[in-house]
Amino acid sequence: MPPKIGVFSFTSCEGCQLQILNLEDEIPTLIEQIDIVNFREAIDEKGQDYEIAFIEGSVTRESEIEEVKRIRERARVLIALGACSHLGGVNVLKNFHPQGSWLSTVYGRSDIFSDTIPTKRIKDVVPVDLVLPGCPIDKREFLRFVQGLLLNIKPRLPDYPVCVECRSKGNVCLVEEGKWCLGSVTRAGCGAICPTYRDACAGCRGIVEGSNIESLRNILMEKGYSKEEIRDKFRIFNGLEEIQNLL
Amino acid sequence: MTHDIHLHHITRVEGHGNLVLNIKEGRIEELRLEIVESPRFFEVMLLGRHITEAPHITSRICGICAISHTLASIKACESALDITPSADVILLRKILMHAEVLQSHILHLYLLVAPDFFNVGSVIPLARSNPEVVKRGLRLKKVANEICRILVGRHIHPIGMTVGGFMRIPAKKDLEEVRKVLESAIPDIDETVNFFKGLNIPEFNRETRYCSLKDKGDYALYDGKLYSKENDFTEVEQYRDFITESVIEYSTAKHASSGDSSIMVGALARLNNNYSQLSDKAKEAAQRLGLTLPCTNPYMNNIAQLVESVHCIYDSLRLLDRLSSGNMNVGVGRVDVREGLGVGVVEAPRGSLYHEYGVDDKGIIKSANCIIPTAQNLANIEEDIEALVPGILGLSKVEMIQRLEMLVRAYDPCISCSSHFLEVKFIE
Repeated sequence: MPPKIGVFSFTSCEGCQLQILNLEDEIPTLIEQIDIVNFREAIDEKGQDYEIAFIEGSVTRESEIEEVKRIRERARVLIALGACSHLGGVNVLKNFHPQGSWLSTVYGRSDIFSDTIPTKRIKDVVPVDLVLPGCPIDKREFLRFVQGLLLNIKPRLPDYPVCVECRSKGNVCLVEEGKWCLGSVTRAGCGAICPTYRDACAGCRGIVEGSNIESLRNILMEKGYSKEEIRDKFRIFNGLEEIQNLL
Repeated sequence: MTHDIHLHHITRVEGHGNLVLNIKEGRIEELRLEIVESPRFFEVMLLGRHITEAPHITSRICGICAISHTLASIKACESALDITPSADVILLRKILMHAEVLQSHILHLYLLVAPDFFNVGSVIPLARSNPEVVKRGLRLKKVANEICRILVGRHIHPIGMTVGGFMRIPAKKDLEEVRKVLESAIPDIDETVNFFKGLNIPEFNRETRYCSLKDKGDYALYDGKLYSKENDFTEVEQYRDFITESVIEYSTAKHASSGDSSIMVGALARLNNNYSQLSDKAKEAAQRLGLTLPCTNPYMNNIAQLVESVHCIYDSLRLLDRLSSGNMNVGVGRVDVREGLGVGVVEAPRGSLYHEYGVDDKGIIKSANCIIPTAQNLANIEEDIEALVPGILGLSKVEMIQRLEMLVRAYDPCISCSSHFLEVKFIE
């Protein structure tokens, strides 16, 4: 029997779900290997008998806390899909502004949609078994995870930084050019796609264990970036991670 | 007879939405298209950030229109900072815009709409019963993704598109590859026109106000002035005179209107306004599909999307020819900041997308406003349902719901950006 999988979406751009639909060559085979019972963006069926749950998005409402808990109770394996789910992602940026200002800034009044709370990661609400990181996720990595789950082998993520992948591609180092880049402290696995297209790594896959954040901070300060600017760069994706005291 | 239709979390749309419809003795007592998507507060997130960071952050508003958001954002920044990109930069941006429109329309037509025509719940059973159909759709979708991969690394959250130009300058072989990919799509897009030609589109007409960009030269997707037949041309900076946003209690997406009328944006609105500027092949496709313009049947938005898909492929080939043959001038220059206000508008796949930022003399964002296409269509969808219901009361419950869901889906609502959609319950 193919394993039953559910894909669920909370506060996000839904780009990680779309990355799954972007597996154009693999979809016809994939749907024979796994039984997708719940994937609101693509199908009408809403089965609740899934064993594996992928959760995209962060929790930004009280009502979502209960929904995530229900999914956790049903799923044997719960996987955080993408940066919003794993790290809080860009959704965390609002947490740095007073909560009282959110509704009035966007809607011009604060007496509506009262159910909005500071952004939480899924792991802040329920235990997460596996993380498939990135903004968006890397679709090849998704396939590798599914293969692992089918074979009952726990998928592993690289334990080295993006810098390693970037160097092996022969890219010119952005930091050496005086620009900012978080590739030296960010978990690899994306193929250093951003610096390969000459843009900074903004840390969407999270901080890799054993990173020397202070050292990167000092180098960037030597290049002329202020402490606040460096802190702001880390906040783009890692605003909730336990590194804030190092910045 | 009383119908209480509550379509909770409408499926096969982008985002979360509910349709509440209460019919008593043939009259609508209650009608609400509820948008229950969590608000994201991007206008808050941007405050205090440097203006050059805005395109990177606002791309994350929507996975399916990431390029549109990036470009509306870049245009707002460039307008605030008085930066004029080179002709080559604009050509490459237009090609990327075409790729996104193609990707989004094809995804909608094949993966979300086509199952309705075969009476199946999703693309999964369709892939088993008609694999050649689904595979063709996936090949076309991949074409768009490949173009984005070659030029900006990926479609979802493009890399290196920034204020002034591109961080990575495409090599000649990249452009040749883009051309090959586009040419490979021609037989499939032609077959797609044949395929959708045979599908039965419900007949339902209602006049509304069609709003889009309109440009002097090209069929407007990347650039132009705000236009509707009733309003003629409006400068993008004056958008508040063109469109009014209002907060609705039951919707985390705001509603929009123009004058005293609800408005329709997206493929059908664009075709109604700018049909004459389509490429010849797209006009030919419209003819083959039986689309005569102006058209007031919202279900035909699906067909309009297909006509635009044809246009995007052929017009991208034309744009490629216009790029400089020698060294392209697309690199990023120096960005000098100044105090100012900038507005950027593009035609995202689902319609006009507005970004506006106010910045101080250090380039720090002090105010931000984004108006999303789906939000502009919500009031119009409600008015369509109001007009549609009396004509379909004779249908069975199942057929009625299907007709309603198909109407909502024809607008291709992208609710994750406008702030998800239909569980059904009848009370008799």
